[in-house]
Amino acid sequence: MAQDNSEIRYLTPPTVEIKKKKYCRFRKSRIRYIDYKDPEFLKKFLNEQGKILPRRLTGTSLKFQRKIAVAIKRARHLALLPYVTDMLK
Amino acid sequence: MLNQYETVFIATPVLSESQMKEAVAKFKKIVTDSKGEIVYEEDWGLKKLAYPIQKKSTGFYHLIEFRAEPDLIAKLEVEYRRDERILRFLTMKMEKYAVAYAEKKRARKSAEQKQENE
Repeated sequence: MAQDNSEIRYLTPPTVEIKKKKYCRFRKSRIRYIDYKDPEFLKKFLNEQGKILPRRLTGTSLKFQRKIAVAIKRARHLALLPYVTDMLK
Repeated sequence: MLNQYETVFIATPVLSESQMKEAVAKFKKIVTDSKGEIVYEEDWGLKKLAYPIQKKSTGFYHLIEFRAEPDLIAKLEVEYRRDERILRFLTMKMEKYAVAYAEKKRARKSAEQKQENE
């Protein structure tokens, strides 16, 4: 009986999320310059509506997030990426 | 102080090939006339725009990389604005990493071309 009390029992076992550590892909692969002329690459940092994804989702470091934002805005200006859209991916 | 710049412009799709060449030559001349030095140029051809500009859905893209004095940029952009063949333009100062990236990309491209020729 004492053994049963020491263990907490759940009806549905709680799912313990194993958090994958996010990392900045630019720091990891030593990319120093983000090209605005490559819309396919920049699409990785956009959601379906063409909005720039936040850092908390992509894990990018602040330094590169700023650079990504500039690159995306340049690409939008040159009509390589849309300003507003639906179903980008 | 010479800086390295990169400029991309979009010309209207209604131009014929010779007209397009003439437009490119005009802007190259503006750069070279003010003692600018053209490092590289690239023609992307007719591309679809991500959204319509001046009711046009396609455009001719052209990229020029050059080294020049900073006061050339104002002159070049005035010419872009005056020219009604130009839909859009973007001029960017290249920092050292951008220059390195462009050179690397070019080297890779020329190596690929060499392989194809062999």
